[in-house]
Parts: sequence; C-alpha cells; structure tokens
Amino acid sequence: MAFMGDIMNPAPLWNNGPSPGAFFNFPGNTSVVTSSNHSVQEFRAHSQSPITTTTTVIGLKYDKGVVIAADTLGSYGSLARFRDCPRVMKVNDLILLGSGGDYADFQYLKDIIEQKIIDEQCIGDGLQLKPRSLHCWLTRVLYNKRSKMDPLWNNYVVAGIQDGEPFLGTVDKLGTAYEDSIIATGLGAHMATPLLRNALQAGNIDEQSAKALVRKCMEVLFYRDARSFPRYQLGVVTADGVTIDDVAEIKHDWSLAHMIKML
Amino acid sequence: MSSIGTGYDLSASQFSPDGRVFQVEYAAKAVENSGTVIGLRGKDGVVFAVEKLVTSKLYEPGANKRIFHVDEHVGMAVAGLISDARQIVETARSEASNYRSQYGIPVPLKYLNERVSMYMHAYTLYSAVRPYGCSVVMGTWSEYDGPQMYMLDPSGVSFSYFGCAVGKAKQAAKTEIEKLKLADMSVKDLVKEAARIIYLVHDELKDKQFELELSWVCAASRGRHEAVSRAVAAEAEGLARQALADIEDSDEGDM
Amino acid sequence: MFRNQYDSDVTVWSPQGRLHQVEYAMEAVKLGSATIGLKNKQFAILIALKRAVSELSAYQKKIIPIDEHIGISISGLTADARMLSRFMRTECLNHRYSHDAPMPVGRLITLVGNKMQICTQRYDKRPLGVGLLVAGYDDQGPHIYQTCPSANYFDCRAMAIGARSQSARTYLEKHLTKFVDCDLQELVAHGLRALRDTLPNEVDLNTKNVSIAIVGPKTPLRIVDETELSRFLALVEGEERRGGHGASASATGDSGPPVDRDDAGDDRDPQVAVAMETE
Repeated sequence: MAFMGDIMNPAPLWNNGPSPGAFFNFPGNTSVVTSSNHSVQEFRAHSQSPITTTTTVIGLKYDKGVVIAADTLGSYGSLARFRDCPRVMKVNDLILLGSGGDYADFQYLKDIIEQKIIDEQCIGDGLQLKPRSLHCWLTRVLYNKRSKMDPLWNNYVVAGIQDGEPFLGTVDKLGTAYEDSIIATGLGAHMATPLLRNALQAGNIDEQSAKALVRKCMEVLFYRDARSFPRYQLGVVTADGVTIDDVAEIKHDWSLAHMIKML
Repeated sequence: MSSIGTGYDLSASQFSPDGRVFQVEYAAKAVENSGTVIGLRGKDGVVFAVEKLVTSKLYEPGANKRIFHVDEHVGMAVAGLISDARQIVETARSEASNYRSQYGIPVPLKYLNERVSMYMHAYTLYSAVRPYGCSVVMGTWSEYDGPQMYMLDPSGVSFSYFGCAVGKAKQAAKTEIEKLKLADMSVKDLVKEAARIIYLVHDELKDKQFELELSWVCAASRGRHEAVSRAVAAEAEGLARQALADIEDSDEGDM
Repeated sequence: MFRNQYDSDVTVWSPQGRLHQVEYAMEAVKLGSATIGLKNKQFAILIALKRAVSELSAYQKKIIPIDEHIGISISGLTADARMLSRFMRTECLNHRYSHDAPMPVGRLITLVGNKMQICTQRYDKRPLGVGLLVAGYDDQGPHIYQTCPSANYFDCRAMAIGARSQSARTYLEKHLTKFVDCDLQELVAHGLRALRDTLPNEVDLNTKNVSIAIVGPKTPLRIVDETELSRFLALVEGEERRGGHGASASATGDSGPPVDRDDAGDDRDPQVAVAMETE
C-alpha cells in the first residue's frame, strides 16, 4: 500500500493556499490540517567550530570610496586545501561584501543575499539596498543565529556607498557589529590594523594610496599568517559603482627565511 | 449559457447539469473586461505589450504597472483584476526563488508555468475560495532553449504560444497577430508591431486614456526581462500613432 | 433586499465577471467623511474632515501616524482602518529593525494591497471596508497613495476619498498642474479649498472639524496643532465658495454622507454606481 501514500494524512494541497475543510480557522488557531506531531528534541548538536575556513578580510575607507581585499584560500584545519575560494562579492551597485571564517556558511548566506537582491530588482521601483541596511540585516541574522547557540561562523565586512558617503562596517559570528574607517578581521585584526591605523593618521588618503596600502597589508599577512595565500581579490566601491579586480598574485621572496631561527 | 440563474452557478465546487463549472467561466469574464494584453514570441525573444487603461487624471503616470518581473529572466504581463494578479506574481516569484535555492539555476519556464498553473487551478476546486480573476502571460529567453511563452487562464489551463492576446480586444488583436510571421521576426520589429496592435485595438470611445507598457526578454537583453528602453518605446509608439492616423485618413477617403 | 443572487458572498463571481461583495465594500468608503491628499515637489499632505457622532462626543480622529515618514487618512470603517494601521506600523517597525532605514512608501503599500486581497477571495473573510490615503516621504520624494477595499492601490498626484469627495476631485483635477511647483502654504490652501467643496453650504471648515498632516524632507510627519491649523484656515477664509456642489454630488453617483448615521442602514439598498474597477 505504500505506493498510495498516506491516505489518512495527505500532504497539504498547497502551501498558503486552500486546504479542504481548513477554512474555518479563527485567529490564533492556525494549522488545523497539518497535524504537527513532530516530537520535541531534547538534544541538539550545534556548530562549535568552523570546517573549511578562510582568513583575513581587510577594509579601508578613503576619501571617495572603500577598498576591501581577501585571499582565496580555503583551509581545512592547517591544510591549504582549496585554492580558489572567492569571498569578495558584489552585492549591488552600492555594496561590496567580504567574508572570513567558515566558507560554507558564507556560501549559504551569499545565496540568500543574492536572492534578496533579485527580489528587490523584481519589485522594480528603482530603489537599491544600501550598505547600512545590509550591515544591519547581517547583524540581525548573525545575532539571531548566535542566540540560538548555532552561529554562522563568519566575519563579514560590508563596504559601500551610503547616500553618497563611503561606508565600512563589520559583523562577527556573535553579532558584534561596528563601523570604522579601517577594518581587518581574523589574524589581520592583530597584524594589519596597526599598519592601517598608522597610515590613516598621516591624513586623508586617495584611491591610489588606499589600494597600495591594502596590497601592502595583504603582503605582510601572507608572510606572517600561516593560513594565508599569495592570491587575493581586491574590490573597490565608489559612487561610480563596484569593481572587483582580477585575482592578484603576491610576488614572494623567502631568501631571508634561512636567517630566522626558531628557538 | 442557459443554466445561468438556475443555482448551479454559485460555487466553484459545483457542476451544472450540463457539466460546466460556471464560476470559472464567470471569472474569465472579469479578464475580458480588462485592458488588452499581448505577448509575441519571435526568433530571438519575447515581447509583452499592455494597454493599461487609466481611469483618473489624478493618478501618477506609470503607476500600477501590469508587467512584472518574476525573476531576472522571466517576465509576466497580466490582464484582469490587478489585485488578484499581484498574488499570482507573488506566487510565481516565490516558486522561482525556491527553485533557485534548491537547484542553483534560474527556473525553467516550463516548470514555473506548471507550478503557477497548478496554483491557479487549486482555486477552481473549492467553494471556500473563488477562482482568480486574471490571466497571465509569462515569457523568457535563454541561449539554450531560445524564446518561450505561456499564457495561463483563471481555470488553471495553460498553453505555450507563439503569439497570444487577452483582455477586451483579444479577438481584434489575435487577428492582427495572425498576420505576422512571428517565427522569423526579431524583437526589434515585434516591439513596433506590438505597439501598433495595442494602438489599433484600443477603443477610443469607451476608454479614453491609456498608457502603453512594453517589455521584452531577448538575446539583446542577455536573457534578462526588462522594460523596453525609452527611446525604442517612443519610436514604436510614434510609428503606432502614425499607422493609426494613416488608417483613419484612408477611411475618410473611402467615404 | 438582495440586489441579485450573486452578491451574497465574496467568493461568487457574477455572470458579468464582477464581485458584488467587493463593490459593496467600496461603497463603505463613501460613508466616511471626506479626506484629501496632495503633494508638491517636497511635501505630501493629508487634509481630513472630522465628524462628531453626537453633540456630546469629540470629533472622530481621521489621520493616523504610521511612522516618522508615513501617515494615513481614513474613510470608511474606522475599526478596519485600525487593523490596517497596526499592520502598517508593525511593517515599518520591522523594516527599521532589520534594515536600519525607513520603509519605502511604495513597498509598504504593496504589502497592504497583498494583505487586503486575501480577504477578497475567501469565504470566511470579508473585504476591508475602508479606503486609505497614504502620505509619505522617502528617497524618491513625497508620495500620495490611495488604497481601496478591492485591494487596488494607486500612486496619485492628488486624491480625495469619502463622502461627496467627487467635488473635491473635480477641484483637484482642475488645479492639478499647479500643485507641483507651489509652496507648502499654497498646497494646504488648495487642499482646504478642495475639502470645502465637499461641504454642504451651511457648514464651514473650522479648527474642530479639520485635521492636517504634513510630511516632507527633514520634516517628520506631524499633525498640525490648533494654532497652526487656524493660520492655515485663515488662508482660505472669506473666499467665495463654489456654488451648486451640494446638488451635483449626488448626481455624480457619489452618495452623500448620512446626516444621522443611525438611519443609514434603513433606506439604503445597495446601489452600485460604477462597475468594479478592474484596473
């Protein structure tokens, strides 16, 4: 009889659509047809650690826009396992998004964000999601997940143009969010932040020097961060739109390496 | 319709003695009262054109569009009750979105059409709901499958078409469409034909004001459904007005 | 009492493809007092005529603030409007919470329209018997939207709904081109003149029966207080009123307001003046 399906409990005819005999619901008395007899789960496993990870994202605000950069390595523990994991994405003409941490979690949220943009284009009212809105939305999502003790293991860096002004903000897996004119996540938070701060204190910077500075940081991080990679993406967002450069390669030189003695 | 008023036409869940479901037929009547909508499928894309009747001067021009985006690659033109039609659009959008999240590719129109048709059909089965008072035309273009177009009725029936028309002047519009060699035409030409047909079938006496809406999804738009650019639309509309004026001139000559 | 056998349920199509229940709900909007919405390049304003149920009661509130940038003015069943306004407030609040930005007006209206459609299609529901005029300001400037029980909504340059509102619409249509470039004072004056056209000759606008709301750039929605209201009313005070409007209102198919609401139901057979707008 299995081929006939469950006759007594047929699947709902159509989600949110008509179900025979289910039209006499009164407010507060929903789901009459679908007998919700799913058992209460007493134990539940949550993600306690990331699996395939990515490292630093760097973001730097300059006078007319924002630069962000991230390498393309997906690490499996200490194994450099995946060499082509792009994680700087164009969200729309106003927003660039970078992510560090668990790569699968990023891909999951990336699909959702992309659908969010398609939905917005379908509305067709000409309005575009703004960076502050996306930053806020991500904060809500990540904080909500962490409150369920099931975080998305990522650091996000949102760069964009908010009403003509550059915007740079970040959210981590706990939902901790802030805006700043320089942001570096992962190991970069320890190693690149001082470099960026020093440069910023020297005064306003333009696009050229902002890019050069970020490239310098990527190089330093490559030498110092054991989970980094010489190939990286660099994206820029200005009032003119979003550009993500082709993957750049750091020319590295280890000729000094033999002089370093581990004690 | 001899059975009208005999009491067998009050519910979608009831057949009349001669085997008809009148409520569905009445719903189709609501579609016939609406502005004309046409869809044309050429060799390199699909073109939609809508005669949007404007009932008051107080409305903003361009408001209450009757052509919608369902997904990046699918367009939908609607005839009938716009509030009903918007629900269909929402359903189609969520189907398209679900498909994308499940399979990671844009939804094939054949599949989307099946889902939306089923949804509309579900509303013809129960006395607790009424059938939708709208017909919709969906179209897409892709490199691999070329142009595709479907029209869905309030009954939940749908067919694939080369050219279709629905609404007030669907007969006149169909006659005009049948004169075209659709399979050989490019969207550039179809836009002009579509504009001409809408202008031709518009009833100046009954409905004074109307706006022409044009959209396409074609090779030139890289498979994206978008409104026809203002310049192209203006040209098509100009030609349509000219064609109409020519006809009127020759009519006067005959008399 | 029934007009025909096809008007008892919202789930029944008439042979002509009409939904009588929805059309009757549209009539409910005309039972409310008139309200007007209009806008210039910067501001959107709502002007409403308030009624007092009895001499002992206060004037019934007509304008409901939704968010800092959106307000609505209602005509029809107030209770239905309160349900809708609660929905709209929740949506605006949720949008602010999740996106740290005000809700775009057009998108809110779409949500309202889709919500209202549901109850035009199900046996266990009835259409909402209220029309709204929504004034809002967002990145795309000022907006005036009209919503109907049929779940239709319209993006308007100016609009009037409610009892005898046809006279107001006539005024608005006549002066439509002037609104865009006039300043706020003139805009309010136009609105007041339009509203006054809906009144019977013996009644005039005063600070008690008029309510005005303004929203614009860097101007969060505000319902003007009595001092400002009297200043606005002074703009049109003593102007000559257009004659003959009282009679023309019923001729245009707009049912006048029931003078005493108690007997409204008795002599009122459903009279559908216009075929349901399918647009």
